[in-house]
Amino acid sequence: MESQQHKDLLDKALSIKKRFLGMYKSANAGHVGCSLSVAEVITFVRFAWMKEDDEIILSKGHAAASLYSVLAEDGTLSEDDIKTFYKNDTHLAAHPPVNKVKRIPFATGSLGHGLSLAAGFGISHKLKKNSKTTFCITSDGEINEGSTWEAALFIAHHNLTNVVWLVDRNKLQGYGRTEDVMKLDPLDKKIEAFGFHVIIAEGHNFASLTQAKEEALKSNKPVAIICNTTKGKGWTTYEDKVDCHYLPMKDDQYDIVQREIEAFYNKALSSI
Amino acid sequence: MRVEFADSMIKQFDEHPSLAFITGDLGYMALEKVQEKYGERFINAGVAEQNMVTVAAVMAHEGFVPFVYSISPFVTLRPYEQIRNDVCLHNLPVKIVGNGGGYGYGIMGATHHNIEDIGALRVLPNMKVYVPFTANDVYDAVNQMVADKSPNYIRLNMGAKVPYNVAPFAQWRKLKSGNKGVVVGTGPVLENICNSAWAEDLEIWVLSVFPIVDLPAELIAAVNRTQKLITIEEHSGECGLRETLSYHLMNELSTPIKMLSLAANGYPSGKYGDQKWHQAENNLGGEGLNNQLENFLK
Repeated sequence: MESQQHKDLLDKALSIKKRFLGMYKSANAGHVGCSLSVAEVITFVRFAWMKEDDEIILSKGHAAASLYSVLAEDGTLSEDDIKTFYKNDTHLAAHPPVNKVKRIPFATGSLGHGLSLAAGFGISHKLKKNSKTTFCITSDGEINEGSTWEAALFIAHHNLTNVVWLVDRNKLQGYGRTEDVMKLDPLDKKIEAFGFHVIIAEGHNFASLTQAKEEALKSNKPVAIICNTTKGKGWTTYEDKVDCHYLPMKDDQYDIVQREIEAFYNKALSSI
Repeated sequence: MRVEFADSMIKQFDEHPSLAFITGDLGYMALEKVQEKYGERFINAGVAEQNMVTVAAVMAHEGFVPFVYSISPFVTLRPYEQIRNDVCLHNLPVKIVGNGGGYGYGIMGATHHNIEDIGALRVLPNMKVYVPFTANDVYDAVNQMVADKSPNYIRLNMGAKVPYNVAPFAQWRKLKSGNKGVVVGTGPVLENICNSAWAEDLEIWVLSVFPIVDLPAELIAAVNRTQKLITIEEHSGECGLRETLSYHLMNELSTPIKMLSLAANGYPSGKYGDQKWHQAENNLGGEGLNNQLENFLK
């Protein structure tokens, strides 16, 4: 990856994070940690990988603010739209809405639907012989859902190489650590056994995500990228804790997380 | 109706290039010709109904009109949330085909029966439920489903055989006139009244599409005139015909009436048999039906 492109991605990610942190703060809403976990992954897919008519399915719909912020960054949503987040009479609910926002083809929020949505796009594009790609971002907790595995079987069976599955592997789910609640590891081996080419990436590192993309583009099998991430990345008080899934930010916490994401940005910038 | 359904799908194919067919790994000795006709647009999605329904939703989003097929409970209740979220909330033209509603799978047992499907699906946003009466109805029902831009469910069963002409498929059809009471039935189980000695004195209507939008004036008049209403359905009355018809009639009654609900009550004895046996056990056929009608109409 060229250094200018790397810097651009860092700029975008910082802008996207600042926007959704502001949204969460003014809404006094939770799910902050979920969006911080996936921020670089969703930024990378939108601005460094997908073509204009490709789709992103955010299966972990509880990180909707990260998606809305990305869609504001690319001009799909206006800053005025963003101000309505979480308020009465908004389209921008805590989870992505039905049939109202361009680039959000399906409402998500009930876990385990997203990979099937991607499978549906994959088979449709294959039948229509077009070259669109569908990027599906799931959480790791929702891999508990049987429907995720149904979709994985389907994608592999039909060799839907036009689907890219990205797992936000932060190892936390609703009420505990993934390995304590319902053991997922060795997740790479499990997904590989289903017929995917599995790549492991550092989910907050654009150089690592770029390497994963390059490897994915060479695959003749459907690709799953396990993105190792930290839930609540930058919210040091609650980083890697279940708390950051639920708690809204008090003023002092908002200051901390803003400072930390700036520090993360500066550190990443200096390493280019 | 399975033969007529497969035949309809084959007939529709050439005129509708957007049609696709997805089965949940069922259709042995029924869908082979459909598979041959549909080619790559025939997909066996395996025994994975949740994924199958969501895949169909996206195919509909992408311009296809997918028919999704399995045994009734497996394609309705198993993937119910996928039907609600991915199909109905987004108002997509996915066509759900449930073979063997009611006790249609007979001795196969309770897991293969479906006496909640009409109720479960009729309440979903944008959904229309088709319950053909005769086997011939299936052709017109499938025509309507292909033309409808919204989600549909069709409940296939053994077609009714009755001793009079049945009008072409429509939501409401009057089968015959009569003065001692009004029967409203849904699905082929209505034939058990049509073919009984009681039919002669009864006005009989068949309802074939849910939800009810409004009631025919002639039906309202007959209920007010005879003051006796019988509903019959191979389905739970709690969420079925009995409940929804009662609501729609409530504001139309000019006089008190008596009502007899004949509905599927599950497995009163805990035993199993063929479809006719289950109908009889639930007073939907045989001596039990006869006794119910006798008591109500005397």
